[in-house]
Amino acid sequence: MIGVLSELSYWQVTSIRVAAGLGAVLLVAGTLVYVHLFKMVSFMQSRLGPMEAGPYGSLQLMAEIGKFLQKEDIVPRRADRFVFKAAPFVVLASTFLLLVVLPGGPDAWFISNDLGIYLAMAVGSISVIGILMAGWGSASKYSLLGGLRATGQLIAYELPLLLAVVGVVIQAQSMNLQEIVLVQANGEIFGWGGVGNPFIVTQFVGFLIFMVAMQAELTQTPFDMPVAESELVTGYMTEYSGLRFLLFFIGEFATAGVFSAIAAVLFLGGWYVPGLDPTDNLFNVIGPLVLIGKVVLLSFLIFWIRFTFPRFREDQLQRLAWKFLVPLALGNIVVTAVFKVAF
Amino acid sequence: MNLLAAAADDGDLFVAQNVFFAVIALVMIVSAIRCVTTRNVVHAALWLVLVLAGTAAQFILLGSEFVAVTQVLVYIGAIIVLFLFGIMLTRASMGDDESVAGEKRLMAGLVAVLLAVVMGVALLDSYSDTRLVIEAPQRFSAVSDAIFSQYIVAFEAVSVLLLAALIGAIVVARKE
Repeated sequence: MIGVLSELSYWQVTSIRVAAGLGAVLLVAGTLVYVHLFKMVSFMQSRLGPMEAGPYGSLQLMAEIGKFLQKEDIVPRRADRFVFKAAPFVVLASTFLLLVVLPGGPDAWFISNDLGIYLAMAVGSISVIGILMAGWGSASKYSLLGGLRATGQLIAYELPLLLAVVGVVIQAQSMNLQEIVLVQANGEIFGWGGVGNPFIVTQFVGFLIFMVAMQAELTQTPFDMPVAESELVTGYMTEYSGLRFLLFFIGEFATAGVFSAIAAVLFLGGWYVPGLDPTDNLFNVIGPLVLIGKVVLLSFLIFWIRFTFPRFREDQLQRLAWKFLVPLALGNIVVTAVFKVAF
Repeated sequence: MNLLAAAADDGDLFVAQNVFFAVIALVMIVSAIRCVTTRNVVHAALWLVLVLAGTAAQFILLGSEFVAVTQVLVYIGAIIVLFLFGIMLTRASMGDDESVAGEKRLMAGLVAVLLAVVMGVALLDSYSDTRLVIEAPQRFSAVSDAIFSQYIVAFEAVSVLLLAALIGAIVVARKE
């Protein structure tokens, strides 16, 4: 432990990190819902969106949370009570665990671990179990079909996601996300170090694969077969109401935020902005804000695509993953490895 | 109490590690027993998740982070998900499934006891007086160095074996 945090004792540092984790999940989820889901989409569709609660509808979120908390928490009669009730927490736990590896500044990190991105990919896959639990535990055929579709999709797109990351790992020579940020901050493009070397320049193919696979992992349109509302009501979330539906909802947007943050760290230089010294103490304050700025930018892309494209069919979706993205990602790894050895 | 004090004098007893080992081991044992006694196939798979998560936690206590994360990624993220997926595609009945009652219980119990005895004796015989010194978590680079230098032949052999199994599975699945 280095820098400002070294003067505090273990429990103080831990409580700061827990508070930061809670804030990162709830604030980022709230920001994404308000900025993108409420406002951006409304403007794209030539309407105003929520305007009544607070100035420009900024308190609409509070109203929504109040509404969900008031609703009755219904468990279907034939449902498996424990599995049904536990499922949203498993999904949300996966989101919180994903957050743990993210660095927000030179000293502002949760854990700085060798395994970094590998750990993130491992804990990210836990959410699939939560979705299957929700799908089966609801005792409803819509939920079960939604859960099965979600699982098939998440398994298929986890592969290109992982393989796209490998290119970055080869170039940065580290899986530690903090290291990856520093490599980008101190990097040079053909001897010119003005903006560092964000990996979006050299790993552009990897970035595209990562964004497409991320869209599918988040089950956002055009990859929203699992929650296809015209066929399955809302898929595995059909039977949920009140608090537990809210948890799924927060989980969906918080995961979108955390995945965007991982993409920002891997490809856009994370908390670093060009022109400053990456060891500057200033980054412990503005680093998290810079990262959130990049998150809003990347999640803008996610929601822009979400509200622009029609849904894929199941077979098209699987074909895109296995026959296009996986070979492309493997090719990207080979090319990156050759360049790494050659230069 | 005297025993604990005497052990603490020994100097290198990790109290916290031992307490957590006991807690996690207890959770694992209970989950493992529930896994084989429950009559609901989906519940059995979910109990198995707890057992495997416990194994990952034990690896973290031993400082082998890479093995722990791989345990989560491969067993929980892939194998259990495939189990659940398969169960739900075929027979995802709610409540207890009477056909799971199983007349092979006696045989399975016998095999389990036999396996426990053989493995226990083998482990005690070979490692009972080996002291495990854990000073720091194992560096990931150390793992990869070991795999790609000392164990490269074994690693390549396993890779080829897995590839063969993969092709074999496809051939068996698509025999038309």
